[in-house]
Amino acid sequence: MAELCDLTAADLASKLRAGETSSTEVTESCLARVEAVDERVRAFLARTTELARERAAAADARIAAGDAPSTAGIPIALKDVLSTKDITTTCGSKILESYVPPFDCTPWARLAAAGSVLLGKTNCDEFAMGSSNENSAFGPVHNPWGLDTVPGGSSGGSAAAVAAGEAVWALGTDTGGSVRQPASLCGVVGLKPTYGLISRYGLIAFASSLDTVGTFTRSVRDAAILLSAIAGSDPMDATSLDRTVDDYAEGLDEGVSGLRVGVVKEAFGEGVQPGVRSSIQSALNRLSDMGASIEEASLPHADYALSAYYLIAPSEASSNLARYDGVRYGLRVPGRDSIEMMARTRGAGFGPEVKRRIMLGTYALSAGYYEAYYGQAQKVRTLIIRDYEKAFESFDVLVSPTSPTTAFRIGERADDPLAMYLSDVFTIPANLAGVPAVSIPSGLDEAGLPVGLQVTAPVLGEALVLRVAHALERELAFDAVPPLVAGLAA
Amino acid sequence: MGEDFETVIGLECHVELSTRTKMFCGCRNEFGAPPNTNVCPVCLGLPGSLPVPNERAIEYIVRIGLALDCEILRYSLFHRKNYFYPDMPKNFQISQYDLPICVKGHLDVQVDGQTHRVGITRVHMEEDTGKTTHAGASGRIAQAEYALIDYNRAGVPLVEVVSEPDIRSPEVARAYFNELRSTLEALDVSDVRMEEGSLRCDANISVRPAGSPEYGTKVEIKNLNSVRSLERALKYEQERQVAALRTGEKLVQETRHFDEGTGTTHTLRSKEEAFDYRYFPEPDLPPLEPDTEWVEKIRGALPELPAARRARFERELGLAPRQTTLVGASKATADFLEEAIDLGAPAAAVANWMTQDLSGLLNKARIELPESKVTPQHIADLIRLVEESTISVTAAKQVLEEAFETGKPIEEIVETRGLRQVTDTSALEAWVVEAIAENPEPVEQFRAGKDGAINFLVGQVMKKSRGAANVRTVQELLRAKLSGS
Ligand SMILES: [Zn+2]
Repeated sequence: MAELCDLTAADLASKLRAGETSSTEVTESCLARVEAVDERVRAFLARTTELARERAAAADARIAAGDAPSTAGIPIALKDVLSTKDITTTCGSKILESYVPPFDCTPWARLAAAGSVLLGKTNCDEFAMGSSNENSAFGPVHNPWGLDTVPGGSSGGSAAAVAAGEAVWALGTDTGGSVRQPASLCGVVGLKPTYGLISRYGLIAFASSLDTVGTFTRSVRDAAILLSAIAGSDPMDATSLDRTVDDYAEGLDEGVSGLRVGVVKEAFGEGVQPGVRSSIQSALNRLSDMGASIEEASLPHADYALSAYYLIAPSEASSNLARYDGVRYGLRVPGRDSIEMMARTRGAGFGPEVKRRIMLGTYALSAGYYEAYYGQAQKVRTLIIRDYEKAFESFDVLVSPTSPTTAFRIGERADDPLAMYLSDVFTIPANLAGVPAVSIPSGLDEAGLPVGLQVTAPVLGEALVLRVAHALERELAFDAVPPLVAGLAA
Repeated sequence: MGEDFETVIGLECHVELSTRTKMFCGCRNEFGAPPNTNVCPVCLGLPGSLPVPNERAIEYIVRIGLALDCEILRYSLFHRKNYFYPDMPKNFQISQYDLPICVKGHLDVQVDGQTHRVGITRVHMEEDTGKTTHAGASGRIAQAEYALIDYNRAGVPLVEVVSEPDIRSPEVARAYFNELRSTLEALDVSDVRMEEGSLRCDANISVRPAGSPEYGTKVEIKNLNSVRSLERALKYEQERQVAALRTGEKLVQETRHFDEGTGTTHTLRSKEEAFDYRYFPEPDLPPLEPDTEWVEKIRGALPELPAARRARFERELGLAPRQTTLVGASKATADFLEEAIDLGAPAAAVANWMTQDLSGLLNKARIELPESKVTPQHIADLIRLVEESTISVTAAKQVLEEAFETGKPIEEIVETRGLRQVTDTSALEAWVVEAIAENPEPVEQFRAGKDGAINFLVGQVMKKSRGAANVRTVQELLRAKLSGS
């Protein structure tokens, strides 16, 4: 029988309301799971156990008083790039190892006000740069589906925690696929909403024009509930969309009959594993059975998306990360003068992938190269936005694999950045265009590792991607449990 | 400077806006608060913080742009200017680059009765940095033991006004700067205090053979902390460059530092050492798209600008252009004039007092009008008492000096010093008789036809009255006595 920590948030919420369990029980269940598996998974960088117990007790009081929103009392984990007041926030980097923010990021502030229970901060690639979580300064995360494989990245800790029952749900960030790709590799639901739908205030920036807060859940319904709780305009973020929040759980059951589903042909080329290909194909057949029309769609400029992304994201990162100089907070390595101090601090504080991207970005923005690199990349970005607009004239949603492969072995791609970058080739276009996309598990490959299917909709089409994903989720009835968790029951 | 060279100058002026809050956060924007008290995650550039533009600051810059006859762009972008500096919290400054809010304006300035039109290339919005104090034994940057940073100034809204290279002499540069300052003052958008750094200026200068269509090698001068420094630095640099060209020395494009102590400039960094700022559009801020109606509303609410005010002074008050230039040089002086007039004083008399005695006292004390204790009420009272012959012009000058020192009311000074003029002939008669009796020689000379000799006698009477006698009455009495008996 499943433990409380393995249930969905929606189920837990109704049990809490019915008085069948308490937030304290659910929280203790999660804490016990963390205790049981995290030495092997390494999902958490910091645990806030005592705070979690306090907040659970407070949530129980609120639920008893009958004034609790649906997210109250549900334990959550936050990726360690999301600022939490008085709780160390490292971004997986040596340079911020000692940094304690004086304020909360808006998504957590909203959840905290609604009675959420924070379990801790999760491991990630340093400053969210990576696709395997191996770029964390504090060691890799291990995928619960195969402890010698990566959980994906950069939000690997959040994905693994949800997959292993260490948290009921979690928040991550998605700049080029950092929620969807690890969700895919860990067999959970990962939602990246429209750019600007969730405030970025307190999200420690990697690439500002692409960064999006996203959710990790064990069901599509949970994604809808969590999104409803944190979305909506924020006066602290000038790029947040001026929009009141919808209840995204509302139209989930409307089905897919009559919907036009486009299958992105560029996402089935070489490099896609056969197991991934067949899993997606059978999911498409089920969609067709349910009454959706399935046709081939094209994003003709998608081939250039990766190159454009690796110019735009590092350019913005080179500027965003300039502030880590040892002057006021975080690591400081002394020098003879302030310039030497800054250089030494940055030399010692940043890992190799972060340095690589800072150098790439600095070069792309420098005088004489700007037009050829950054300028050109922005033009490609515009073309990709047009590709989506054009595709959505003929289709309601687009479907593709989330990532070309299932989880790969730790260390396998560590010395080959280009191979690593290809992990995000199907997720990056949605970031460049700012459109919403969700990854849901479509099955397991021959090695027993989860495959992720990505559904993409036009800007602010969250309700639509969730509706399609929900229909497919019910139809596929993916109920496999990671061997690590199955092993606990035995 | 020789006839055969022409100087080309352009100015870049930075104006701190006097908005209540900072550019991108809600912190107070005030000068002189205890260090690091007006700070928050946003202006400290803490990880995860985001800028939100201050709408009032945008309104202020549009006001400036409109006053300088600029075009207000319908689509404008913030850019990041990237460079490392310890007092810059994010190590980039939010500024503007190829799409500033205001472009293509101009400002007309008067020098020696001639109008010079100076083009305005652009007026753009940015944020100020923190302020570093280098501490340690010597007080010099290179040997400082540590540095202290005050972030109160970080994120204060800053407007940069860039002129075209239309200025042809240090005098015109000074006039342009003064006109810009009084325009900003009239717009009520900045404190424009150079000593507090709310108005700062860098100058670009080159010289070229007269008639040459091409510009010479440009030098940028920094550290210009007063109008006087601006003019001195430009004069020095103009001469240095002409001398170099005369001797065939090659000038290099560079940034030079003005040394106020020596009045000279020296190399700060060469063109090769110039920063590559790696400008790119600020992804945290949406484009600025001011709607036409809003801009027109601001245009409609613009106050009377200095040039218009001076023209009105000439037209309505009958002041001479030379006087309006002086009196209309700043908002403070022009307001002073009008307040004194409102108190009943004739414009010409107020202008005279302001441009002569009062201006002399201010120069001597090295202060500006608003810092002095003299008010429009003082000047109006002074003028009234002179007109009513209650005090003499000589006495009035002494009274003004005391008012300048103490700020006491004019009537009080006149009374305590006993400066009220004596016009009563019976009181004066005794002194006149005495003076004639005591000075037989000048009396004789006068009677012999030497009219000027009477002045000595007038002086003697004035002395006896301790300056309180009315000069004209004394003269009349003396003449009557000397010719009568
Ligand atoms: Zn602030």
